[in-house]
Amino acid sequence: MTDAIVSMLVVTLVAGTPLLYAALGELVTERSGVLNLGVEGTMLTGGIAGFIVTFITGNVWLGVGAAMLAGAAMSLLFAIITISLKANQVAAGLALTIFGTGLSSFAGKEYVGRSVVLEPSSLTTALGQVPVVGVLLGKLHPLVWLSWILLAAVCYFVYRTRSGLILRSIGESPSSAYAIGFPVISIRYLATLFGGAMAGIGGAYVSVIYAALWTEGLTAGRGWIAVALVVFATWRPERVLLGAYLFGGVTSMQLFAQGAGFPVPPELMSATPYLATILVLVLISRDAALIRLNVPVSLGKPFHADA
Amino acid sequence: MVLPFRFEPRPKPSPVMVYLSPLMALAATGVLALVLFAAMGLDPVSALVVFVTAPFADLYSIGEIFIKAAPLILIAVGLAVGFRAGVWNIGAEGQLTVGVIAGGALALTYGSTGSGLLLPAMVVAGAIGGFLWAAIPAFLRTRFNANEILVSLMLNYVAALWLSYLIFGPWRDPAGFNFPQSEPLAPAALFPIIVEGTRLNASVFIALAAVILGWLVMARSFVGFQLDVTGMAGSAARFAGFSTRRMVWIGMLAGGVAAGIAGVGEIAGPLGQIFPTASPGYGYTAIIVAFLGRLNPIGILFAGLLMSLLYMSGDAAQMLLGMPSSTTALFQGTLFFLLLACDVLINYRIRYVPGVRVRQEAAT
Repeated sequence: MTDAIVSMLVVTLVAGTPLLYAALGELVTERSGVLNLGVEGTMLTGGIAGFIVTFITGNVWLGVGAAMLAGAAMSLLFAIITISLKANQVAAGLALTIFGTGLSSFAGKEYVGRSVVLEPSSLTTALGQVPVVGVLLGKLHPLVWLSWILLAAVCYFVYRTRSGLILRSIGESPSSAYAIGFPVISIRYLATLFGGAMAGIGGAYVSVIYAALWTEGLTAGRGWIAVALVVFATWRPERVLLGAYLFGGVTSMQLFAQGAGFPVPPELMSATPYLATILVLVLISRDAALIRLNVPVSLGKPFHADA
Repeated sequence: MVLPFRFEPRPKPSPVMVYLSPLMALAATGVLALVLFAAMGLDPVSALVVFVTAPFADLYSIGEIFIKAAPLILIAVGLAVGFRAGVWNIGAEGQLTVGVIAGGALALTYGSTGSGLLLPAMVVAGAIGGFLWAAIPAFLRTRFNANEILVSLMLNYVAALWLSYLIFGPWRDPAGFNFPQSEPLAPAALFPIIVEGTRLNASVFIALAAVILGWLVMARSFVGFQLDVTGMAGSAARFAGFSTRRMVWIGMLAGGVAAGIAGVGEIAGPLGQIFPTASPGYGYTAIIVAFLGRLNPIGILFAGLLMSLLYMSGDAAQMLLGMPSSTTALFQGTLFFLLLACDVLINYRIRYVPGVRVRQEAAT
């Protein structure tokens, strides 16, 4: 019984982690007023970059570093087009996703169907010896609990630091922030780059640790679900945790129901995360006042320093 | 870092740049393609020649240009109706898939009757299928305020899984050697071929009709005006008493109906049977076509033909140059990105500002 609970919990955490990374990154981006809908393409690009580097070097952390760089590079393209050239953010986000999907398939052509085999690190083995929590931590890749530290850091940054306050003020009213003398453009660039790097980690987590193999379109909409999670979290980082593991839980139930042989078509099972996303969006968005109170006011609008 | 160039707002948007920008983006994509070919160890010029000439190799290929452009144009015109009003229907791929399911169900059930009404009925069924699938995000947006981008996109995955369930399950051809495909559609369920020796069929007339109808709606009707005002100045539209909800419904449903019909055009045309993947991503590519065509039906006509050429060049590059099949998607994404970048020149002009030097001279 305990084993079953532990393994369900492990699946929940493992499946929720890529969403947690990508959604936390997107949350910081959106808090600066930039709506980056290119998370899916960024995750795919990060995913293939992380996979190739891990495959060649055998080192996960080099792979994660490469994924961060690839993700940041993708979001840099997005930032140049939307922040500097003031393109429509929705259209540019779609362009980024289409581009990233093509780029990752192109770059990953030689790697389709290949897999990486990872030995549990000594750190994970050591954590497995810790009483009580060891049962869980011994089964999880360090990236899982590193995401908790990252979450705490993002919460602290957004709510408790001066820089976090500046970030939020730019998301609410870039023209006021600019008038006070804050570098709106630079901060929006940094927030977008952070979002891209986090989406890159999320993608690498899927390709290197979760699936441990590469196929075209591997992330299967997780980037979009991450964008939806930011809405679900009403732009509050601590609620992203809840949302991400809610989706992890859906995946976990899906796998266990399949394992238990429920007479439901596998396609319907596979559709549950997408249907759950729609359900969650409807439930949170029906309260229009809640969304209006929490959404960064300038979200999606370009900023003109001369205006 | 201070560049000696500044973006200076134009007093009003440049009408020349509106049409020049897609050409600039295309030229820039071509240059990047040359770089990519060279990086892959190909002779860039001869690779580009393959890319440009392959679609015109013979009559069959020329037919293919139109048969691939038709669904892109049809869907893009439908999507442009919504995009003009700021309604983001990203779910055309799913709406196309449900059109395939609805039209396909009729074709598989009544194909043996050989009735002349079957094909028109399939087109109507496809339109209704796409309509209903697009109605979900429209309803959730107008009733529950749920973001239509995310809902319509999620439904793409759901529709793909639905079709996959049907083809791997009840619709699988018993005589198909266990391949995931339906039985071939009956002749009565197929569009008639209009040019012998090609796959060019009568469905291209639907795309043409869509261009004309789209132009009438957008340029000559009150609804078209309302859509434009809603997209350009939402609060002005509300003050004028234009219903935003109505614009959302019109915008979403135009795309849904168009995509659903395009889905039927695929199975009743070049495919001739139903596969688990309904299209090579026409629903997404049509978004690029809509923007490349400046959300204008006439522009979309040309943009659709261009994007069709890109699909064919991609196929040729795969066969003749051994490039990956994803080359097409990569170039499409690049083109879309560069288009959005070039669009800055519609509202801004680049001015050379030799700032630092001037100030030094002034000081001395």
